Amino acid sequence: MSTVFIAFQTNEDTRPIVESILADNPHASLEEQPAMVKINAEDKLVIRRESIEERIGRRFDLQELQVNLITISGHLDEDDDTFTLAWAN
Amino acid sequence: MDMQATKKKLGLKEKYAHMTRGLDWETTYQPKEKVFPQATFEGIKVHDWDKWEDPFRLTMDAYWKYQAEKERKLYAVLDAFAQNNGHLGITDARYLSAVKLFLTGISPLEYMAHRGFAAAGRNFPGVGPRVACLMQSIDEVRHAQTQIHALSNYNKFYEGFHAGASHQIERLWYLSVPKSFFDDAFSAGPFEWMIAIGFSFEYVLTNLLFVPFMSGAAYNGDMATVTFGFSAQSDEARHMTLGLECIKFMLEQDPDNLPIVQKWIDKWAWRGIRVLSLVSTMMDYMLPKRVMSWKEAWEIYFEQNGGALFNDLAKYGIKVPDCIAQCTVDKEHQSHQLWLTLCTHSHAMGLHTWLPDAEEMDWLSAKYPNTFDKYYRPRFDELRERADKGERFFANTLPMLCQVCQIPMLFTEPDDPTKICYRESEFQGEKYHTCSDGCKHIFDDEPEKYIQAWLPVYQLYQGNCWPEGTDPTAEGFNPVAKYLEWCHIDAKDTGDYEGSSDQENFAAWRGVATQNV
Repeated sequence: MSTVFIAFQTNEDTRPIVESILADNPHASLEEQPAMVKINAEDKLVIRRESIEERIGRRFDLQELQVNLITISGHLDEDDDTFTLAWAN
Repeated sequence: MDMQATKKKLGLKEKYAHMTRGLDWETTYQPKEKVFPQATFEGIKVHDWDKWEDPFRLTMDAYWKYQAEKERKLYAVLDAFAQNNGHLGITDARYLSAVKLFLTGISPLEYMAHRGFAAAGRNFPGVGPRVACLMQSIDEVRHAQTQIHALSNYNKFYEGFHAGASHQIERLWYLSVPKSFFDDAFSAGPFEWMIAIGFSFEYVLTNLLFVPFMSGAAYNGDMATVTFGFSAQSDEARHMTLGLECIKFMLEQDPDNLPIVQKWIDKWAWRGIRVLSLVSTMMDYMLPKRVMSWKEAWEIYFEQNGGALFNDLAKYGIKVPDCIAQCTVDKEHQSHQLWLTLCTHSHAMGLHTWLPDAEEMDWLSAKYPNTFDKYYRPRFDELRERADKGERFFANTLPMLCQVCQIPMLFTEPDDPTKICYRESEFQGEKYHTCSDGCKHIFDDEPEKYIQAWLPVYQLYQGNCWPEGTDPTAEGFNPVAKYLEWCHIDAKDTGDYEGSSDQENFAAWRGVATQNV
């Protein structure tokens, strides 16, 4: 088992993103540190555009994540609807 | 009236294909190998450059848009910080030593990375990596600029920022550590550069610099640093995928690439770990309010994250570098041994140091129960006793440096933390010294390269690091004082924090800020 993670700046833009990730990935855990939040998960983490849109009430381009992203770990596969981090071993 | 466009926009993957592969061209009047001469000399075999894909699929149009937004946010925070005397909201002016080390040691590396990725992009025949390297090159120069802008605010109020990011990196003895890392990478070929910086430095090491340390900057009230740090690290997330993509690409293209890549991973893992020693002192000693110990950060971002990475790379036949065993020993000692050296040489540095107080030593003892009380507390106690008698100890000489990593010979033997580790190699009748098995191994593999190292301490003692017109035969000549003059370091910038003008000013200004005087 390997851990993937993603971290964001703690701010109002990322609050609904973090909520969406935690709702869509029940195996993920939240780690709060000064000025940042880090989400850890075994093997795989999927971020869905639709889940974020439901929370913010507007269209969301997954590439907007980059504005408040701090770091990631794992292989990334990104398309229009999902942003997936995974270790494929 | 304009017609309403009804055509669906291109999907991310289609857009990426159009804006990378669609930008390529074939050479006509020169053969391709003449246009890209560096693509082959390292021995890496590539059969199909189109197999390279950037997982972020970022294209230039989206890149401008998001980078512009990040810049606007960053400069809004910097403005607010400057406008509201944010420098008085930090925990303690001691914290600024970490920032000075960052400005002088790390920011110039960003500029070197900018140059290196521009060169790598120029030298890769494939259009995918060329586009990715171009964006990374622009990112890196942005990082250098934003860091200098963010930190220059402190230059109005505190000592030690004046020679900043450009003058001292070429001269100061401890800054040759990060500088030599990038010089070593830049003077290699484009593929080795990608392993050194794109993979080793970006994937594993920047996390340790930009994540827990920047979180620590926030903890210490430094919104300027945390903002540029996190803004930079979101670029690093893209750079990591570039580094990881590069290594996968090399390994998937040809089985003959495996031994070359493994050798580079082994080399650059150790080189990177040595550079990070500087960050270990920032985490454990220079943050007055600490977010986690160096050892804890190491376990999360190196052992756990790097472990996941090596599990993944095992399917290609990549093995965990041998140096990892040494790292497990070192994580208990690294920050203490280096901080002790900095404390005893801070008369020759561009920043202040200090001996940890009782509360800080208790924190260190709790975080390092196996080592701190046994090996380091007694040494700090002794230094404190001498300092209390007005005899704060500074070494009279500058330290001997490792021929590879250029860190002073201060780290200890793997099996004996009381004995300094020295290794010796002989090449063309000359003896060369290295600080560890890892550095000796690197030296012995490429001695022609490392014998050319420019080691500041040795150059100083050879008389090459004094201002023009210096007469070393003059009465009372002090070589270290002249060296500091050559580095543009003033007496106010150096020595112990206790009694420094930074300490005095911070206390006075804080007093004014919190009272109606």
